[in-house]
Amino acid sequence: MTAATEPYVLNIGPQHPSTHGVFRLRVVMDGERIQDVEMVVGYLHRSMEKLAEERTYTQNIPFTDRADYLAAMSGNLGYCLAVERLAGVEVPERASYLRVIFAELQRIASHSMANGTFVNDAGAWQTPLMYMFRERERILDLFEMTCGARLTTNYMRIGGVAFDPPEEFYPAIESLVDELPERIEEYAELLVDNEILLARGRGVGIISAEDAINGSLVGPMLRGSGVPWDLRKAEPYCGYDRFDFEIPVGRQGDAYDRFLVRLEEVRQSTKIIRQALDGLPSGPHKTQIPLALRPDPGEAYARVEGPRGELGFYVVSDGGSAPFRFHIRAPSLINLSLLREMAIGASLPDAIVALGSVDIVVGEIDR
Amino acid sequence: MSALRMGRRLPRRTVPRALMALGALVAIGFVAVNVAIGYVVIDGRLDGQWYDVRDLGIGVQELREWLDDRNAQQPGILDFLGQHWISYAVTALLGATGILSIVGGALLILIWVERRLIGRMQIRRGPNRVGPYGLLQPIADAVKLIQKEVLMPRGADKVLFFLPPALIFIPMIVAWGPIPWGAQMAYLDVHVGILFLIAVSSLTTLAIFMAGWSSNNHYALLGAMRTIAMMISYEIPLSIALLSVVLLSGSMQLSTIVEWQSTHNVWLAALLPLAMFTYFFSSTAELNRTPNDIAEAESEIVAGFHTEYSGMKFGLFYAVELGNALFVAALTATLFLGGWSLFGLEEWIPGYLILGAKISAAYFLLVWLRGTLPRFRLDQLMKFAWQFLIPLSLLNLLIVAVEASVFARWEVKGIVSLGLFAIVNWAAAIILVREWARRMGYRPEREAVRQPILTQGVGGLQAARRLGAPEMGTQV
Repeated sequence: MTAATEPYVLNIGPQHPSTHGVFRLRVVMDGERIQDVEMVVGYLHRSMEKLAEERTYTQNIPFTDRADYLAAMSGNLGYCLAVERLAGVEVPERASYLRVIFAELQRIASHSMANGTFVNDAGAWQTPLMYMFRERERILDLFEMTCGARLTTNYMRIGGVAFDPPEEFYPAIESLVDELPERIEEYAELLVDNEILLARGRGVGIISAEDAINGSLVGPMLRGSGVPWDLRKAEPYCGYDRFDFEIPVGRQGDAYDRFLVRLEEVRQSTKIIRQALDGLPSGPHKTQIPLALRPDPGEAYARVEGPRGELGFYVVSDGGSAPFRFHIRAPSLINLSLLREMAIGASLPDAIVALGSVDIVVGEIDR
Repeated sequence: MSALRMGRRLPRRTVPRALMALGALVAIGFVAVNVAIGYVVIDGRLDGQWYDVRDLGIGVQELREWLDDRNAQQPGILDFLGQHWISYAVTALLGATGILSIVGGALLILIWVERRLIGRMQIRRGPNRVGPYGLLQPIADAVKLIQKEVLMPRGADKVLFFLPPALIFIPMIVAWGPIPWGAQMAYLDVHVGILFLIAVSSLTTLAIFMAGWSSNNHYALLGAMRTIAMMISYEIPLSIALLSVVLLSGSMQLSTIVEWQSTHNVWLAALLPLAMFTYFFSSTAELNRTPNDIAEAESEIVAGFHTEYSGMKFGLFYAVELGNALFVAALTATLFLGGWSLFGLEEWIPGYLILGAKISAAYFLLVWLRGTLPRFRLDQLMKFAWQFLIPLSLLNLLIVAVEASVFARWEVKGIVSLGLFAIVNWAAAIILVREWARRMGYRPEREAVRQPILTQGVGGLQAARRLGAPEMGTQV
């Protein structure tokens, strides 16, 4: 005997503990089984791309802080690379190294947050998140030391970086880089060998390599599905080809693989920072550019491997001091697009875990 | 100009200081009383007289004898409700007041203790602003909750929505009745104590389902449905685990179980490891605590069945949750950790202190679990109950039944037979858990797969295939 059931609509968000910001899901459910998912975005839209057309190139850098507010350095870096390509600005060697160091620090901070919230979504009561915040806190302290801001750093400049790190920066980052491998092992002990997390993450939200490529996924989502694609290797910028590091790739393409990939990327980032610190050249940290930069008419696209994947900036110049067109290719938005495929047929807890493994930042989705 | 405007420090520490002094006074008084009891006991003066506060029963017995004397002298004055009604009334009042004040006071402290402990586990400080060491935080929370508006969602079933916060409170308090705090210090020492506890504690489910159903909210409904499914599943292994305790000790009366442990100088935890594990795990499911807090899974269904409750109604749910956790700790301490007895030490230390220490230890375990583990999924929990806990606890029950009959029939010295039982049960527990887990498909060899592949090269689909990415549509 079966009882007649009918599907109902469950509204998740915009305010919900695991939507990571103001993001909304309309879920059609039959019992605990998900039949359809509609993603509603736009609650955090600030019309950044239009506003940017009114401001000079340097004035636009703070927008990139606020797009992906968990990885401001990567946003800065991508935008500055795009404008440098557009205007043909040379970057000193020391600036490139500093950019690498800060971008990798930002990756560690962002991945700590991503993994912490992922475990939170799997039901842990904040503990792993709090531990990972400890490292993030120290990285943000380093940011504050250097550029005065912790979250919206506004550190990179067209032609270099804004400030040379102060004296006390070097011992602090040395001790952090020395400690990080131990810390990561600690988390691995607590989380990777955790049977409950394994049971929650394995086989949940599987994306095959084909689907990942067809869905133009990027970053840990793509690598979690087994595709070894990392812009730092494929299209090295800022001299990433000088550093020795490896790309972690998942085996099955499920939520747990993405978690593992992020954890391993933190290890690799530590390696890169260590090499960059050892090889940090002296010299200027910035080339002087005119205050109101007026690039020749043309267009440029630059992309960097942000913590969430390929972060692209498209800038068009008409010869004026403000960009004619400014567009951000946000990895979160594109990574999110496969959530529907991951969630349909799964149960609600699985969908939440799958969403947690996407690691969205709503500031970047809505811009 | 006021002191605030002038920027002078206001004397803000005076109130906490006074309270700190009061608290210290109370604590010193409590310790002093117990030390005095200990001294008098050692001195041999506390020899079962009415003033022997280690044992409430002695006082009642005295009262009863005094009543008998009075009735013998002047019959008819005090016996219009039966001979001993005053002694019953006095005991009932004393016990009920005791339970309510102890549980209520413990709840207030527990909120602080739990938040502090979790704070320490999460490398932060926990509440430390209100009062000394943040001790007044629960009171501040309660005041805040009372001030808040109690909302009634549109479309809610008004009566059913109104009742659950009160209904859920009753079983939590009533369940404390049979817990023995000392030799004769049980408020409701019924012969079918364990049956009573199982019956009372399952009443909580009704209140939870009422709350979830009447809220007119999908999250609440999902939480209530999950609760029902989980309670039904976990009542069974829980009852079987308690049944093995009953078989071995030969009684359902909690005080007799404690006395059995005390006379045989053994804790049932040492004899029945699997039963204790089953009981503890099932209890976490019934309590909605991690790793089994699926009924109010925060990251999924916000707050489960009490999503729509605000103000002090939410506060009651919160308090009951803590109270039930404390009760599970108390029952664990009573059934498996020897209750108020401690290998003869209860002769000198009041039993309630020993039990309190054991409850704290068991409660710490619950907090520790909450601070460490992620959450299971509903179907995984169900599978664990039906495919793992129930068969294992049935097998365990079989072993314990054989042991109990051996113990009852053959006159072997307790230390020999019980020692043998302990060895057999521990071996059986380890083997059963391991083998059954392997039967269910748990393979620790998968350990090697818990690492990503590391590569230097980049590429697209071909590179992915070379690294071993599965074909589309293949089952992994």
